[in-house]
Amino acid sequence: METGTTEADIISTVEFNHTGELLATGDKGGRVVIFQREQESKNQVHRRGEYNVYSTFQSHEPEFDYLKSLEIEEKINKIRWLPQQNAAYFLLSTNDKTVKLWKVSERDKRPEGYNLKDEEGRLRDPATITTLRVPVLRPMDLMVEATPRRVFANAHTYHINSISVNSDYETYMSADDLRINLWNFEITNQSFNIVDIKPANMEELTEVITAAEFHPHHCNTFVYSSSKGTIRLCDMRASALCDRHTKFFEEPEDPSNRSFFSEIISSISDVKFSHSGRYIMTRDYLTVKVWDLNMENRPIETYQVHDYLRSKLCSLYENDCIFDKFECVWNGSDSVIMTGSYNNFFRMFDRNTKRDVTLEASRENSKPRAILKPRKVCVGGKRRKDEISVDSLDFSKKILHTAWHPSENIIAVAATNNLYIFQDKVN
Amino acid sequence: MSQKQEEENPAEETGEEKQDTQEKEGMLPERAEEAKLKAKYPSLGQKPGGSDFLMKRLQKGQKYFDSGDYNMAKAKMKNKQLPSAGPDKNLVTGDHIPTPQDLPQRKSSLVTSKLAGGQVE
Repeated sequence: METGTTEADIISTVEFNHTGELLATGDKGGRVVIFQREQESKNQVHRRGEYNVYSTFQSHEPEFDYLKSLEIEEKINKIRWLPQQNAAYFLLSTNDKTVKLWKVSERDKRPEGYNLKDEEGRLRDPATITTLRVPVLRPMDLMVEATPRRVFANAHTYHINSISVNSDYETYMSADDLRINLWNFEITNQSFNIVDIKPANMEELTEVITAAEFHPHHCNTFVYSSSKGTIRLCDMRASALCDRHTKFFEEPEDPSNRSFFSEIISSISDVKFSHSGRYIMTRDYLTVKVWDLNMENRPIETYQVHDYLRSKLCSLYENDCIFDKFECVWNGSDSVIMTGSYNNFFRMFDRNTKRDVTLEASRENSKPRAILKPRKVCVGGKRRKDEISVDSLDFSKKILHTAWHPSENIIAVAATNNLYIFQDKVN
Repeated sequence: MSQKQEEENPAEETGEEKQDTQEKEGMLPERAEEAKLKAKYPSLGQKPGGSDFLMKRLQKGQKYFDSGDYNMAKAKMKNKQLPSAGPDKNLVTGDHIPTPQDLPQRKSSLVTSKLAGGQVE
C-alpha cells in the first residue's frame, strides 16, 4: 500500500440506487459518500452527466463490546438502497453488527421571521415583542441532510456479510456467518430468524454463510451461498425457519482433482440474482459462474477470472490473499458480467459473444475522457510489450467492489481508496 | 490456523516438488502448490476447510480486556502523576494487557472522507 493511504479511506462497498442517479460508497472508517449524477444540460448534449458529491456522513462508529471482549469495526460492509417512494432517499448501511436505515433529504427553503427568536436563533425578550407576524419560507442554498431513521442492533452474534431489501419493500434480511434474520423496516427491536446453520457442537462446524440475497421479484424467495461453494434457495412460504432448502446448487467435483486448496478456492464470496430473476451468479476465488434456477446440478456458464493464479496458490495462502472476497455484478440487461481482480484489474464477460476483456483502474493508465486500453496477463514464455507477467502483479491492489448502473453502461470501480467511474464511449 | 513454523528443508522440498510437478503439472498446478505448502509447513492439518479455520474466521475482532487489570493500570497511572519518559522498570504483568486506551488509536471519525472533498476526475 502506498504511504499516505489512510486505512479509513479504503472503500468497502459501492452501490448505485435503482435509477442510477445516485452512487453510494462506504469505507473502512464507517463513512458513506453519495454521488449524484448531474442533469444533462441542453448546452452539452453530447456530454453525459457526471457524478458529483451529493452528501457524506458518518454512518457507523467503532465500538468495543466489553462483555464479549470484541472490537467492532466501523467498516461499512454493505449498502443497499431502497426504491424511492417520495422526495427523500433511503438506504441501509451495515457494519459487522448493526444495520442502520438512513434518510437523505434536501432542504432548499428556510423559515424566516419567527416571533420568539431572532434570525440567529436566540430567544427574544418577550417584552420587546409588540407585533405578531407569520414566518415565511424563503429559498436558501441547497442543503442535503442525512439522518439515521432506524437502528437495527443486537441481532447478530457473528459478522454481518450481507443485507438485501425484499421486493415487498417492507422487509429486508441481514445475514451473518451462521444466521439470517428477517426484519420489518418499521420494527427495530425484533427480527425473525429464518436461517440458522449453527451446529449444536461448534466443533462440528464445516461451513459458513458467505452471502445472501432476495429474489428481485418473488418476495418469498432468497438464496444464500456457503464457504463450501454451494448455494441454497429457500422459500419462506415453506416454513418459518428455512433450514431446509427448496433448491440446492452444487457443481460436482472430480475427486482426483482435489487438493488442499480446493475447498478454500471454492468458497463463494458473492451471489447475485440477475435482473430477470432467472439466473444467479456466484463468485469464487478463481471463477464467476452463472446458474439457471431451474438446474441445480451444475452452472450453465463458467468464466475464468484469473486462472493463472492456480500456480501461485501457495504464496496466496501465505499472504492471505486466497481469502479475498471479490464481488460480481450484472449489467442492466444481464448480458455482461463484471468482477475485479488484482493489480487494479477488473474483468468483463459478455455472455452472448463469449468475449471477455481485462481493464485497469489506475491513475497512471487513464486520463479523463481517455478510452481504457485492454490489458493482458502473460502466463509464461515470451512476454509482449504491453503484457504484464504474473509475477509482476501487485496483490495489494485488489478490486473487490464494483457496481453497474441499472440501465446504462456506466460502471463504478473501487480501487483501494480511489473510486473510478467509467462510461461508455459516446460516438 | 496452525503455527507457521519455518521448517524448510530445501533439498527435500525441491526433490518432492519436482516429482510432483512432473507428474501433475500438465493437469494440476494446484497439487504442486500444495506440495510446496506442505513442505514449508509440515504441521499443517489435513482438513483445510475444517472447523479450525472457520473458528478463526468467526472470532475476528477478539481483543482481550480485563476490567481488573484496566482499573489497576488506571490507579497506577494516577499514583505516578508524572510524565514518564521511558518504560517503567518495575512494570507488573497487569500493565501489559491492553487496556481500551492502548488499543490501536483510531483516526477521529469526524474527519471527512477524501472522496467527499475531492474533485471528480
